[in-house]
Amino acid sequence: MTEDHLPHIPQTPPRFSATFDPHTAAEIRRAAATGIYDIRGGGTKRKLPHFDDLLFLGASVSRYPLEGYREKCGTEVTLGTRFAKKPIHLKIPITIAGMSFGSLSANAKEALGRGATIAGTSTTTGDGGMTPEERGQSRTLVYQYLPSRYGMNLTDLRKADAIEVVVGQGAKPGGGGMLLGQKISDRVAHMRNLPKGIDQRSACRHPDWTGPDDLEIKILELRELTNWEKPIYVKVGASRPYYDIALAVKAGADVVVLDGMQGGTAATQEVFIEHAGIPIISAIRPAVQALQDLGMHRKVQLIVSGGVRTGADVAKAMALGADAVAIGTAALIALGDNDPHWEDEYRKLGTTAGAYDDWHEGRDPAGITTQDEVLAARLDPVKAGRRLANYLSVLTLEAQTLARACGKSHLHNMEPEDLVALTIEAAAMAQVPLAGTNWIPGRNF
Amino acid sequence: MSTAVQVMDDVNVFDLAAATLRELNGALQNLDATTNQTAWTILNPRGAHALAVGVTAPVNITIDGHAGYYCAGMNDGATVVINGNAATGVAENMMSGSVHVRGDASQSAGATAHGGLLIIDGNASARCGISMKGVDIVVKGSVGHMSAFMAQSGNLVICGNAGEALGDSLYEARLFVKGKVASLGADCEVKEMTDEDRDILAALLIKAGCTESPDEFTRYGSARKLYNFHVDNAGEY
Repeated sequence: MTEDHLPHIPQTPPRFSATFDPHTAAEIRRAAATGIYDIRGGGTKRKLPHFDDLLFLGASVSRYPLEGYREKCGTEVTLGTRFAKKPIHLKIPITIAGMSFGSLSANAKEALGRGATIAGTSTTTGDGGMTPEERGQSRTLVYQYLPSRYGMNLTDLRKADAIEVVVGQGAKPGGGGMLLGQKISDRVAHMRNLPKGIDQRSACRHPDWTGPDDLEIKILELRELTNWEKPIYVKVGASRPYYDIALAVKAGADVVVLDGMQGGTAATQEVFIEHAGIPIISAIRPAVQALQDLGMHRKVQLIVSGGVRTGADVAKAMALGADAVAIGTAALIALGDNDPHWEDEYRKLGTTAGAYDDWHEGRDPAGITTQDEVLAARLDPVKAGRRLANYLSVLTLEAQTLARACGKSHLHNMEPEDLVALTIEAAAMAQVPLAGTNWIPGRNF
Repeated sequence: MSTAVQVMDDVNVFDLAAATLRELNGALQNLDATTNQTAWTILNPRGAHALAVGVTAPVNITIDGHAGYYCAGMNDGATVVINGNAATGVAENMMSGSVHVRGDASQSAGATAHGGLLIIDGNASARCGISMKGVDIVVKGSVGHMSAFMAQSGNLVICGNAGEALGDSLYEARLFVKGKVASLGADCEVKEMTDEDRDILAALLIKAGCTESPDEFTRYGSARKLYNFHVDNAGEY
């Protein structure tokens, strides 16, 4: 029989390995060519159990809702009520996370301050110190106390409204950082007491304390330096939240900040971002449990961060027990990060709007993660600040909508019983029932 | 003024056995450059932490006994003398002024300090001058391991010996050691003693009341090979 007489045989399309998928294979080839791991900015890009896997149970017969456009749903929050003489009062429980001048342009930092101030919330410095633009435009400014102590000085410490002792962050719990030389402008170098153009390392441990007993003394010193006025936060990356939060409380924190692995970073190894830490929905309940076991829930406030994008995320975090949330990546997107407006330039950098993550290279077309004066000038801090304020307003309205639907007159009144999970994993991590059941994996056996 | 304070021979004597740490620091922090209360003595420190932190007035403070963690932390202009030993982080993040430890100092002495002068008559433990950012430190005895780790700028003078990994990941700070160095850290190397180095060292020795000659010291500094990350240097860390 000739070939012409063969019956038609359907051809299967080429099949990629699930293990060695095209992205993985490309990374192997990149590593083989360069001998160096990949560094990038942002947070994890893999699909993780997240707030999307939780749903609210709206009110019905057993509970009654509040009228969406008429009945009040409070949003204000006070942070630092444990020891500080001057706690922080915010109109909304959505704060701006710490991001450094150095990793971000001065215009971006100013825009964050402007947006936060319009919305009635706080913003936070980062590694590299406090800039006058940021202080000037931020009604409430949290000053980060980091291992490098770049730019740390007594004058700025006393100008701050709160102090955040950074132990770790969700994108890289246990890791330090590196601001690469190409982002070290004259001004950044001067603020950090280092030569221009060299890589600036941020240590992973503080230079003058290790462990919870030392931390307690460090917090005492910070209080003595600032007349016991300012709330002292302790920020940890989510890894062992029950013990870390308990130890931070024991050390005397007024506020604890818990950052999940979806939280962003200015620049870190891809392997660190994707393979260290735990998702934020798995960290909140153990943290709250630690506070409850110590009798400190709502006395030491809990701020959670890491992948908060919508008012639903805000509401879910608070229902799980948080007093407030912090946003970083979402705030940058609101300013204009990865905006399709700059698509042509993203293409020139070998990427596309929405996927650009080489923040450490300092070539951000949107003028946010750069120290290049021409690029930075593209970001109007007034207009960008307004966009951030608008976004914060939407988050608040969305969270209120869901809270009222659950019959809650304040976001703080939301509770785990308002939630169910869509997946077994999310049910186990968030410790709420799988939808339609009363089953919380790990409990009820 | 608190009853814990007695004025004797124009010296404000503050007895910590009769008042709180907050009262002490509050009194010192409320002083400004125009104060005529320029001399202070603190009795019964008993190793208390955070003594005399955040003082911004150019006053003289004598701590009559041992001090706990972070004594004179973030000092910005005061002259502080500790008649005893100092625990971890003495003069941490000092901006200006001077701190003189008559005894020994524990870990992280002068950590991240931006300016001023720290003198330690005895020995200093590990990580002396860690991440220093412009301070001058003179240790009349020896220092422990990892001293001047990631030291950015300023001068560290060691009249005795240095422990392991001196100057690891050093930036632009100058290190001067009279005695033996157990080992050098990554990117730290012996440097030629220039005239400028010798002048700086001589001036610091005089300020600290040392009798050594600059010629007895060896100068160490950064080889600057690790200033920009390169994979070929990964084995150095």
